[in-house]
Amino acid sequence: MEIATPPAAASLAPRSAAQAMVPPSRFGDKAFEWLTLAMAMAVVLLVILIGWQLWRGSSLAVQKFGFHFLTTSTWDPVTEQFGALPFIYGTLVSSFIALLIAVPLSVATAVYLTELAPLWIRQPIVSLIEMLAAIPSVILGLWGIFVMIPWLRDYPFPLLKRFFGWTPFFSGPIYGTSMLAGGIIIAIMILPIITSVSREILRSVPNLQREAAYALGATRWEVTRIAVLSYARKGLFGAVILGLGRALGETMAVTMVIGNTPQIAASLFKPGYTLASVIANEFTEATTDIYLQALFEIGLVLFGVTILVNLIAQLLLKTLTTTSTTRAVQ
Amino acid sequence: MVNLIMASPDPAVVEHVERPAELSPTTEPAPPLTFQVKNVSIWYGEKRAIDDVTLDIASNAVTAIIGPSGCGKSTFLRCLNRMHELVPKTRVEGRVLLQGEDLYSSTVDPAIVRRRVGMVFQKSNPFPTMSIGENVIIGLRLNGVRNQKFLNERLEKSLRMAALWDEVKDDLHKSGTSLSGGQQQRLCIARALAVEPEVLLMDEPCSALDPIATAKIEELIYELKAQYTIVTVTHNMQQAGRISDFTAFLYMGRLIEFGSTTKIFTNPSQKQTEDYITGRFG
Repeated sequence: MEIATPPAAASLAPRSAAQAMVPPSRFGDKAFEWLTLAMAMAVVLLVILIGWQLWRGSSLAVQKFGFHFLTTSTWDPVTEQFGALPFIYGTLVSSFIALLIAVPLSVATAVYLTELAPLWIRQPIVSLIEMLAAIPSVILGLWGIFVMIPWLRDYPFPLLKRFFGWTPFFSGPIYGTSMLAGGIIIAIMILPIITSVSREILRSVPNLQREAAYALGATRWEVTRIAVLSYARKGLFGAVILGLGRALGETMAVTMVIGNTPQIAASLFKPGYTLASVIANEFTEATTDIYLQALFEIGLVLFGVTILVNLIAQLLLKTLTTTSTTRAVQ
Repeated sequence: MVNLIMASPDPAVVEHVERPAELSPTTEPAPPLTFQVKNVSIWYGEKRAIDDVTLDIASNAVTAIIGPSGCGKSTFLRCLNRMHELVPKTRVEGRVLLQGEDLYSSTVDPAIVRRRVGMVFQKSNPFPTMSIGENVIIGLRLNGVRNQKFLNERLEKSLRMAALWDEVKDDLHKSGTSLSGGQQQRLCIARALAVEPEVLLMDEPCSALDPIATAKIEELIYELKAQYTIVTVTHNMQQAGRISDFTAFLYMGRLIEFGSTTKIFTNPSQKQTEDYITGRFG
């Protein structure tokens, strides 16, 4: 090894001819910067273009129905009456059910995989979860129709009705295809992404944080609570948002089990319809201009709902994290 | 993270008046000694990190552990509160007695050991989502203390002991990570002191700090000695000389020499110790 030259001035001067002969070129840096900038802008441009295209494609419908499109519930192509409210409702409710089921499951799985599971079992579980993500939506939908729905109809739904039938959410006749079934199938579809992102987040919690808690005599659950989950909560929230994004736009499997009835019903046993499902189901039969435009507008609404939900989530995150750090002790 | 037995909410621990019954003395208590380490060897899988170390750690004194990187200093320190068990596949042979009680007896809960033997780390690690005040009292909260008045008193007392009270008393609600590096390290000391441990282990507590912050921590260690037994690992020979009463020199997992700091630094009996202290290797 070479001995370092002590004085600073001496080390700046070229020490050999070879070093002096190659002036560093700035061209590579510039090219790299422009290239990455172009790539980043392309993504932004794509989002803007999609939004604009949806807007253009639905301009007639927007003019004709105006704000009523969002607030009315009639969807009748024959009389050319189009109201998107049941679809908005269906999308939000089914996604909410999905989050309610998937978030605890995924975060618990991630905690188990990073904090508790024996090392040899971790990789097999991770691989299985990734495999779940690789199942095509339509296959999951078929499974939903032929396996999940009959089972739900025969066992869990009657149980839910027996114990919670007094609430409006679990009352009324049980058909099988329902809002609840839609939510469950979405939950299955967003489980892998929330789990794997949460797992990465939890893995990135410094060990020093865990040690700090252990050194205070914390048990494993306490360590997980005060050092791991609390440290990672921002990231976990991000994982949930990612899952929510997927849930809102999930199409095929939901379409196959949700029942495709545009109605707003309190009971989760009743069929529903989502924004994505109606586009998938009806665009081939949209023969009139206004019908097609209305479907385009549904797309625009889905686009807007997704953006809006993400914005709200980020605002929520911001307020949550600022209030809890300033919570006083005394 | 193996072999951790979950702590049960033990009223004796919550009240801090009495030690849990399962830590009953197995040998005669030796008042001036806090730890008696007897023929301890530690393995990480197949690798032996500590090889047959026997040494006594005196109460109300600072014992420094020195040695080159990888000599097992940290492992040795961590075996005093069973923190090394967090690494999978560790194995311990020999006995570590704390006030005469075997820490590795099968009935002892490591969580309770760690409440009695506090620890401060190389890098300060306050909990970033908690305020300064919450950071200090979190250990008490884990022990089930709910009395707000008691918590506030202990909060102030711990911060005063860590010589941090005057600097943060108006900012207790601010995030623990808003402090400077040296302040954060003192916050971590306050956090460790708040549960009133018997011993404070310090794993190179100043290695990430500037000289002024280091001086403050050293001063603090000197003051804490009156009430606590302190065991510290350090890379810094001058620091060991300044702050410790006893020094243990470890090399390749073996205890080469142990004695009063004055003796180790002025008249070591082993050639290896002398070589290390004078900077000829390590």
